[in-house]
Amino acid sequence: MEATVVKTGTEGKTWGGGQNPPLKASYGKLMMWFFILSDALTFSGFLAAYGFSRYKFIDSWPVADEVFNHFPFLHGVDAPMYYVALMTFILIFSSVTMVLAVDAGHQMKKSKVVFYMFLTLIGGIIFLGSQAWEWKNFIQGTYGAVETRSGNIIQFLDTDGKRVALSDIALESTQRAVHDRSSGIWYTTDETLSTYTIDDIKSGFAEKENLLVRIQKLDENGHPIVLSREESIAKLNDSGIRVVEGANLYRNEYGHPLFGNFFFFITGFHGFHVFTGVLINLIIFFNILLGTYERRGSYEMVEKVGLYWHFVDLVWVFVFTFFYLV
Amino acid sequence: MSTEAHNNTADHHEDHGHHHHKDTFITKYIFSIDHKMISKQYLLTGLFMGIIGIAMSILFRMQLAWPDKQFTVYEIFLGKWGAEGIMDPNVYLALVTIHGTIMVFFVLTAGLSGTFSNLLIPLQIGARDMASGFLNMISYWLFFLSSIIMLMSLFVEAGPAAAGWTIYPPLSALPQAMPGSGAGMTLWLVSMAIFIASSLLGSLNYIVTVINLRTKGMSMTRLPLTIWAFFVTAIIGVVSFPVLFSAALMLIMDRSFGTSFFLSDIYIAGEVLHNQGGSPVLFEHLFWFLGHPEVYIVILPALGITSEIIATNSRKPIFGYRAMVASILAIAFLSTIVWGHHMFVSGMNPFLGSVFTFTTLLIAIPSAVKAFNYITTLWKGNLQFNPAMLFSIGLVSTFISGGLTGIILGDSALDINVHDTYFVVAHFHLVMGISALYGLFAGVYHWFPKMFGRMMNKNLGYVHFWVTVIGAYGIFFPMHFIGMAGLPRRYYTNTAFPYFDDLANINVVITIFAIITAAVQLVFLYNFISSIFYGKKAPQNPWKSNTLEWTTPVKHLHGNWPGAIPHVYRWSYDYSKLNKEGDDYVIAGQDFVPQNVPLQEGEEELNH
Repeated sequence: MEATVVKTGTEGKTWGGGQNPPLKASYGKLMMWFFILSDALTFSGFLAAYGFSRYKFIDSWPVADEVFNHFPFLHGVDAPMYYVALMTFILIFSSVTMVLAVDAGHQMKKSKVVFYMFLTLIGGIIFLGSQAWEWKNFIQGTYGAVETRSGNIIQFLDTDGKRVALSDIALESTQRAVHDRSSGIWYTTDETLSTYTIDDIKSGFAEKENLLVRIQKLDENGHPIVLSREESIAKLNDSGIRVVEGANLYRNEYGHPLFGNFFFFITGFHGFHVFTGVLINLIIFFNILLGTYERRGSYEMVEKVGLYWHFVDLVWVFVFTFFYLV
Repeated sequence: MSTEAHNNTADHHEDHGHHHHKDTFITKYIFSIDHKMISKQYLLTGLFMGIIGIAMSILFRMQLAWPDKQFTVYEIFLGKWGAEGIMDPNVYLALVTIHGTIMVFFVLTAGLSGTFSNLLIPLQIGARDMASGFLNMISYWLFFLSSIIMLMSLFVEAGPAAAGWTIYPPLSALPQAMPGSGAGMTLWLVSMAIFIASSLLGSLNYIVTVINLRTKGMSMTRLPLTIWAFFVTAIIGVVSFPVLFSAALMLIMDRSFGTSFFLSDIYIAGEVLHNQGGSPVLFEHLFWFLGHPEVYIVILPALGITSEIIATNSRKPIFGYRAMVASILAIAFLSTIVWGHHMFVSGMNPFLGSVFTFTTLLIAIPSAVKAFNYITTLWKGNLQFNPAMLFSIGLVSTFISGGLTGIILGDSALDINVHDTYFVVAHFHLVMGISALYGLFAGVYHWFPKMFGRMMNKNLGYVHFWVTVIGAYGIFFPMHFIGMAGLPRRYYTNTAFPYFDDLANINVVITIFAIITAAVQLVFLYNFISSIFYGKKAPQNPWKSNTLEWTTPVKHLHGNWPGAIPHVYRWSYDYSKLNKEGDDYVIAGQDFVPQNVPLQEGEEELNH
């Protein structure tokens, strides 16, 4: 073999081994891609479970337009989807700034990378804050509802078809005071009590002639059925057992409790991803400021976290689609 | 090759400047980032877990064979659950559960794949180390942590998880349901979540290393089949484990935070639970989407190992290299669309059942291709019956005998008759349990010289093999018959059913075989440990093998090759290849041509 160059027979072949990565990506980038594949399947598992459960309870699944209709500073205004559209836009825009940061990195322009990474960070933080605000609204609820003996939800409308809040139904609240540790006769914290008791609602409903009950069954046009006045009174009095305000993991004033379960779980899991993304971006941001990548001569690290960030945004697009749009 | 060699060294020096560092005890033996050391760590941890898993099986086998007798050994190992030598029914379930979990995940996933992927991927593709040694180290230590947590769960007050290794809710979700569903189950889930993270990090490394770090000339079709198997196994792991992770997270939510993903309409201990709307069948879908690919995660590395060992020890090229690769890929693809065959009796629509039957039976094709290729490779070979070869042939045997019953279980109509009986136990133990264990043993016997620089004792290896092979069939073959007779799995005792009285003796036979087989593993352990210290010093290439790992020095060094990384000029199966004239081997007097030997004058590359 001496000094002659021996051919391996794979010269010029993409997958022939040696120094050329066949997929034209460094191992770190490839690892990120495969990690994303894996994580995508975790989310797919969740979303498949969500679809399965939603299909099973298609009648009592809440209508997103009625759940997510808040907008900051606009109290009592019905703004379905406006805010979630805004926060989605902010998140996607942070993906755009991430692309610009990666591009600036390719050009080795440190100050531009810093600027765009900063914007990306801000976008991520705003999104997280918005998510928290969405949770708060969902937990607090809008109109309130009554749970029936069979675990279903009945909601209240007036004869014009407008939703009516519990506070407009009840004449007075006879709910007992919540015992805290200082006032209570029990040296433990009390359970959370609803603002009104079920009897407040029943008596108020009987007084006000223009109120109707909507049940969680769909008519042939796919709209929830609104009962007549007589049926409404009978329904409420016979089967109403509990006042439900807002949503938690146990019950949900908007409809089936599984909606709440999945909403908190999937958006929570996604939010955790955004949170870690922001954290990683922050670390990278400081590394850029310190000039680590300038010295290394490559901003590939920005590209790798960029991949993760785009993935997190893409997952949100799916979560958004399945929870809010369809 | 001198000019070239120089270029090579320069290429690789940049990223491996660190192998001049002086290693301390901690960086060399504990937090090592060297793939060879990590592979040994995986092997030792896996073997340790294996001892526990097998010991548990002996305990519950004794209970099944002699339900009316008292054994002090229960009292010794099970404490309050074996008081007066009587096994508590709950601990029987716990033993079955933890035996399954440990054997499937800790021994045959991490212990097998972790050991040999780590050892062989860099060595056989010609790389200095894994792509990321650091993540590789993290991967092992997460595995170690998850093992510790799993072992800790054995000591919690109400006992470890006992809902079966498939942890179906609601049994696993409600602490009121059984003692094992309390803290033991929580620890089980935590342990598995960490295990999945470990497996993910390991798999990412394996995949990326194979894609990016093959040495010059090592094209994908020149890779030894071991590497193909590890590569595809890692891909299956990356695709299927995250879905188990989804299921586990949702189960954790149901258990600890009051969600109802898998729970509905439950009335337990005089109390109506609030849970509404969830579905345990949903869990089964999510679980088996991992669960089925998992059996290929277990068996494929074993098949890769045997491909290599059978070819080497038959002194013949592997028969149908490309067919072997294609069948690995086909198995990997099919593994993701067959999970429903675990759920034929869950109330599944019969039409859907027939779809899953179809996809399941398709797997018989690539599996048969592999089995026939092994046999054809052996055919008229110059067989070298060393222990590794024997275990590889043993694998082919159990893979066939266990696989045949898979055709019955995969058929949705036939499955109903034997569902949840010992027939199923016999099937999966032979086809994935015993087969994969044989692959593990074969791998240890074959690559022991590479791992520890010494040879294992051959004669003890023969004893180990022959007793194991007879014992394993002695355990699992009769199970087919008691299964067909209707004996259900997971029952603590069958004495309450007079119908099964006639089968009691068979259970005794099975248990005796189990005890003998377990005992002979001590011979292996002795051989393993004593050979590490006192074994015969290994030559560089003890099996006269073609693959690159045998071109490295016996003494380990970080970076694997002291000089340049060898280039590769041929596939890894040039055994007994004749020269142009056909009067001698390509290299005169040597029936193998290592991959790093350039094509000889007038030699044609085998167009495999």
